[in-house]
Amino acid sequence: MHPIIKLVFQRLALGILLLFGASALIFGLTEALPGDAAQAVLGQSATPESLANLREEMGLNRPALTRYFEWLGGIVQGDLGQSLTNKLDISESIGKRLGNTLFLACVAAIVSVPLAIFLGLLAVRFRNRWPDKLISAITLTTVSIPEFLIGYVLVYFISVKLGWFSSLAMINDTMTLGQKLYAIALPAFVLTLVVLAQMMRMTRAAILNLMQSAYIETAELKGLSTFQVIARHAFPNAISPIVNVVMLNLAYLVVGVVVVEVVFVYPGMGQYLVDAVTKRDVPVVLACGVVFAAVYIGLNMVADIVSILANPRLRHPK
Amino acid sequence: MNDTLLKVRDLKIGATVYPPGEKPQDIEIVHGVSFDLERGKVLGLIGESGAGKSTIGLASMAYGRGGVEITGGEVWVNGRDILKSSHGDVRNLRGGEVAYVSQSAAASFNPAKKIMDQVVEAAVEHKKFSRKEAEGRARELFAKLGLPDPDNIGSRYPHQVSGGQLQRCMTALALCPEPDLVVFDEPTTALDVTTQIDVLMAIKEAIRDTGVAALYITHDLAVVAQVSDEIMVLRMGVTVEYGSTDQIINNPQEEYTQALVSVRSIEHEEKQPTPEPVLSVEGITARYKGLNFDVLHNVNVELHPGQTLAVVGESGSGKSTLARVITGLLPPRDGEITFAGRKLSPDLAGRSREDLRELQMIYQMADVAMNPRQTVGTIIGRPLEFYFNMRGAEKRKRIIELLDEIELGEKFMDRYPAELSGGQKQRVCIARSLAAKPKMIICDEVTSALDPLVADGILKLLLDLQKIEDVAYLFITHDLATVRAISDSIAVMYQGRVARYGPKSQVLSPPFDDYTDLLLSSVPEMHLGWLEEVVAHRKMESAGN
Repeated sequence: MHPIIKLVFQRLALGILLLFGASALIFGLTEALPGDAAQAVLGQSATPESLANLREEMGLNRPALTRYFEWLGGIVQGDLGQSLTNKLDISESIGKRLGNTLFLACVAAIVSVPLAIFLGLLAVRFRNRWPDKLISAITLTTVSIPEFLIGYVLVYFISVKLGWFSSLAMINDTMTLGQKLYAIALPAFVLTLVVLAQMMRMTRAAILNLMQSAYIETAELKGLSTFQVIARHAFPNAISPIVNVVMLNLAYLVVGVVVVEVVFVYPGMGQYLVDAVTKRDVPVVLACGVVFAAVYIGLNMVADIVSILANPRLRHPK
Repeated sequence: MNDTLLKVRDLKIGATVYPPGEKPQDIEIVHGVSFDLERGKVLGLIGESGAGKSTIGLASMAYGRGGVEITGGEVWVNGRDILKSSHGDVRNLRGGEVAYVSQSAAASFNPAKKIMDQVVEAAVEHKKFSRKEAEGRARELFAKLGLPDPDNIGSRYPHQVSGGQLQRCMTALALCPEPDLVVFDEPTTALDVTTQIDVLMAIKEAIRDTGVAALYITHDLAVVAQVSDEIMVLRMGVTVEYGSTDQIINNPQEEYTQALVSVRSIEHEEKQPTPEPVLSVEGITARYKGLNFDVLHNVNVELHPGQTLAVVGESGSGKSTLARVITGLLPPRDGEITFAGRKLSPDLAGRSREDLRELQMIYQMADVAMNPRQTVGTIIGRPLEFYFNMRGAEKRKRIIELLDEIELGEKFMDRYPAELSGGQKQRVCIARSLAAKPKMIICDEVTSALDPLVADGILKLLLDLQKIEDVAYLFITHDLATVRAISDSIAVMYQGRVARYGPKSQVLSPPFDDYTDLLLSSVPEMHLGWLEEVVAHRKMESAGN
């Protein structure tokens, strides 16, 4: 077998193993919290008898390990269980909200990734001159301010004062793509500002590091222009570190979107999770945790695999 | 039309240095150098490190490496002063009119791109040829340079060909756009001698066949004598001597040039073996973890007290692995080592402090073998504390003694490694190993990173110390001239085996085995026409077979 296929399979297997580990950790941590689903359902009206009855009914008396494997079995078959509060099937509710979250994250990614890489290349081209310093200053400022603050400031000025965009990013199935994009413009912009800095800085650092290489000197001595040198000779070798940081930020876009979704009242995973936490809807919290873990691990696995594929030594062994 | 291709007048080059703890300083590293180069001729630039030869070579492309800047003078290429040319014109010059071949092709090829893409890039970029024409030309050059499978080698990636082949690909890269001038910057220095000779011949023929002019930069006078028409000797950024190759080699005027020509003047009389060897290596077979083949096969050598055994071979021959086995860093799969009359534990952890003390080591890279944050006194004092429990005045006295022995003296005691030159650093490393009063020192390529004259001084010092301290050296090197200079016995290693072993006089006299013959005849000799003689001799031999 080609060694690269073997390496890719190893990564896939590791990713799946990691996902099982994450599911166990999420389950274990919710178990460790004081109180259980029965208490959450009954709330103030709980009496010892009613609690015992409900626990019996919900199967909470059985050992944790048994319940874990039951739950895991369900997940593997695509069944995430039932919400405690509204008795709806979680898989169905999540499906729609995950779609919304991914839509928002994708829009933010489509804007931010090329922009970050372009700004990174630009910063290298004008290293230590004013364009570089300006790019660094702006991106570092936006990443240093908490996203909810940026969100509220934008809502105040752009939605309330100027009235250009709605402060609520509500979308539904009857809207056209254009309407949807218009609705999520503000949250997507906030997310872009948050992830831009790290990706841009990493691109800049990775390429600057490579610019010291002897093969960059060779390219310069061939009479190529600086931008040709960066784009043709430095960038292909910088793919692996850049993809890594891009994937980390994409994962952040999906997982860390929670705060931004709440600010803009966006019907995504983040809001669903926050609702479930306030209502102590344990099965929903568990389900959201697993979905987030899967996205995170999946994206990082993609980054690993791209890194392997980008290495010419692995792609073309002797 | 004027035949002068490159005209350099009063070239001055400066750099900014950042001494630790002080303000940045502007210094001048080339102080007004002038020369002319005609079309189709080869000028050798020769000097030790810091002479400014690479800097001058790159200046002919209006390029300064790192913080280096051309501060004065004129560089005329094809009738215009390129230091006054526009940015666009300089770009056309680089890769179009003047091309560059670097010392390390392995580092100078982009690992992510195919060889062909990189070889034709400049020719296509400067619109000298279409992509298709350039590829055809590249294949011709590959063939001319003696590369295997010239039609397909371009579709490989740099890591898929050997170092010598890559160096030839780099030459093809430089010649592909039909430049007027090629700057060769130590193109064969990183290669093994047996590979060097092929690459050297390929470069020489390529220069002759294409009629290109060349600046050939090297520290090895014997090499430059083979390829150049004229030679310029540089030292500390100043021209020492400038003349025809014949004059420089056969009739050098300046003292410094004479020293370069006559380097390796050390005479060392071979000592007779004693009945009781200090080290005997018997039947050592070893391999690295994760490899499925042996790196050493049944190695047997002996080293006698107060003598030098040179272990010589090319990269990958197993000579450094042998040192790792002897020091205990790599326990062998088979065989044993007897040292000072006792069997050594194969594993480092099983050795006594006395074993460690009596067997010391000096490394190739002196600067990374010392802690940069310790003073010379601390570095040399450490083995005194560790092995002999010396403290205070007694330790200080011994450190000064050792510093005197290595010809540096007491004033070096409080200096840091960064304040020393390469040769001085290696001397400190020698003193540190001597401080342990060892019976034997393993010297692993200790002079390879040094300039010839400095290396000569180190070798002389080692021989003097051997007389005083009666210490034995296991001297690992790829350089046969060093071997001749200092050894009593020699082991020639090839592919993990000892190909030839015995007293120096015997190993270096005919009849030779094939490999030793190849190795010995590949060492460049300082007379004109040596390269052609060797190549012709080899062709005759292979025709005879």
